[in-house]
Amino acid sequence: MALDAQTRAEFIAAVRRFVEERLRPLEAQVADEDAVPEEVVADMKALGLYGLSIPEEYGGLGLSMEDECLVAMELGRCSPAFRSCFGTNVGIGSQGLVMFGTPEQKAHYLPGIASGEIVTSFALTEPEAGSDSGSVRTQAIWNGEHYVLKGSKRYITNANKASLFTVMARTNPDVKGGGGVSAFLVPRSSPGLSVGKPEKKMGQQGAHICDVHFDDVRVGPELRLGAEGEGFKVAMQVLDRGRLHIASVCVGVAQRLIEEIIAYAGARKQFGQPLANFQMVQAQMADCKTEAYAARCMALDAARRRDAGDNVVLECSASKLYASEMVGRVADRAVQIFGGAGYVADYGIERFYRDVRIFRIYEGASEIQRLIIAREMMKQGV
Amino acid sequence: MKVLVPVKRVLDYNLKVRVKPDQSGVDLSNLKMSMNPFCEIAVEEAVRLKEKGAATEIVAVSIGPDQAQETIRTALAMGADRGILVKADAEMEPLAVAKILEAVVAEEAPGLVILGKQAIDDDSNQTGQMLAALLDWPQATFASQITLDGGKATVVREVDGGLQTVAVELPAVVTTDLRLNEPRYASLPNIMKAKKKPIDLKTPADYGVDAAPRLQVVKVTEPPKRQGGAKVKTVDELVDKLKNEAGVL
Ligand SMILES: Cc1cc2nc3c(=O)[nH]c(=O)nc-3n(C[C@H](O)[C@H](O)[C@H](O)COP(=O)(O)OP(=O)(O)OC[C@H]3O[C@@H](n4cnc5c(N)ncnc54)[C@H](O)[C@@H]3O)c2cc1C
Repeated sequence: MALDAQTRAEFIAAVRRFVEERLRPLEAQVADEDAVPEEVVADMKALGLYGLSIPEEYGGLGLSMEDECLVAMELGRCSPAFRSCFGTNVGIGSQGLVMFGTPEQKAHYLPGIASGEIVTSFALTEPEAGSDSGSVRTQAIWNGEHYVLKGSKRYITNANKASLFTVMARTNPDVKGGGGVSAFLVPRSSPGLSVGKPEKKMGQQGAHICDVHFDDVRVGPELRLGAEGEGFKVAMQVLDRGRLHIASVCVGVAQRLIEEIIAYAGARKQFGQPLANFQMVQAQMADCKTEAYAARCMALDAARRRDAGDNVVLECSASKLYASEMVGRVADRAVQIFGGAGYVADYGIERFYRDVRIFRIYEGASEIQRLIIAREMMKQGV
Repeated sequence: MKVLVPVKRVLDYNLKVRVKPDQSGVDLSNLKMSMNPFCEIAVEEAVRLKEKGAATEIVAVSIGPDQAQETIRTALAMGADRGILVKADAEMEPLAVAKILEAVVAEEAPGLVILGKQAIDDDSNQTGQMLAALLDWPQATFASQITLDGGKATVVREVDGGLQTVAVELPAVVTTDLRLNEPRYASLPNIMKAKKKPIDLKTPADYGVDAAPRLQVVKVTEPPKRQGGAKVKTVDELVDKLKNEAGVL
């Protein structure tokens, strides 16, 4: 349900204040320690951030896509590692259940996901199946009583904290490609399920990805999400929605960097005047703002159309493609405008530069977004 | 026990105040307004009393323009049960506010009124004291700790040079100091729930209060600009200056 103007304004104000007072002061610490402090996680749960996209009847906030995007833009104004704590619960980890779950599955899991008691992960990628995600090899073979899962997943966000995984696995080895894949809800406690060590990454320290191994993990039929063979469709619809959230986070980070640029370019003096007086710096600043504004408009337009029930596959991909590339350019210019200070860790700019690089890769790399956009163009003829 | 919490809408505490060119007051146009921080502390304390079972209902009242409803909504999102907006577009002086609150108290019959010790806009620090006088209730101002026990409240007060503990019979008026508590963030689900809580709309006339101003603002000016500091070369020089120039050692 869409929020009325006043409630939306209060929502945004509450998130903004939380980001400014509670999260921003901890950015450097979280990066150094590679962990978000427990108390902050508890505060994020209490604030309701884990339940942004879970329907109200299951204890969440049931935000419209537009409202979720506006909240995501606010959350983008601090280290993306914070958002990653609840990002899977809001997006890829829960939406398969919201869209395809049975009433029993929803009643069983969604309230815990909304409160943050259950942390979720989405396990699609494999060592041999990245962009070509329809080619997953993890098997889920029906033995007359259970599906038996065997295989490995790679780079799974929050796997080390998750108590529930949405897993895409091949139920029909005779069907190559997406049509042979089904989706499953797999509790962390299932015998045979193990999680690897967190990977060392380029950025977003505090957020973790790990391998997940399934060694003859038995899963009852009541935990299958959607029909057999529908798993790839589940994954694609989940990712489709998530693209607007990611695009909005990119807009938020860009906005944050723009604020940093304004402050620095106004204060730092060379040749007897502030950097902001030099036209070449002004041009970089103007490009940052213009592109961030364009990305914001794209995300909000696509979100409103999605809320109205339109097909927005193309718009979601275009929005994610543009916003993720845009924030990369903004971060690059931020480093340039800060000069040496942009390269030195104390100012936090180089940290953002590293943090935003992943947005062009996960939930569909830029190249894959372009494939989707072109495919949709040919389909739609516009 | 019912707790009444008056809350005021003021310029957001993060913003820098600008004086109007004609020195008639400060410029509030297009600036973000929020709940006075001391009022937030008062709401928080009331909510804690309710969570402990010492209070049963919290009524937030604001006297101000239509937009003061937003301030009441914030209190409702923090945990107040219902609100009263006494609509007044003109600037309200502490005495007028205290008289309106006196009438609200007569209608609502709370066991306790908790309010901020002052509002950060005009720093009057008068409303709570005037209200207690009008009601002829005991008052405990500048509270840094409140304990309710039977029919009385034990309040630790922040006074110059230390702490003073007083006990007052209820009903009473208590004003909050900065260290009473750290107000919570209104959670997103509670912001949504607050939409459904009722706010009564009233006017000063409904309470028969004449809110006409009795004070006249002569002028408002900026504080003097800070003088530039001086650098010292050695610790000895610093100690010497502190002793002989500043006279603080
Ligand atoms: C921090 C992080 C978090 C992640 N979280 C999750 C998660 O929670 N769940 C999950 O399932 N996965 C997750 N992933 C995996 C992520 O989705 C994949 O890394 C991504 O889809 C790319 O797959 P790949 O790494 O195998 O790259 P590849 O598919 O090998 O691609 C390598 C390059 O080739 C390009 N390319 C590939 N195919 C084509 C083509 N047809 N045309 C043109 N170019 C092409 C790609 O765009 C890319 O530039 C995460 C990864 C990271 C790093």
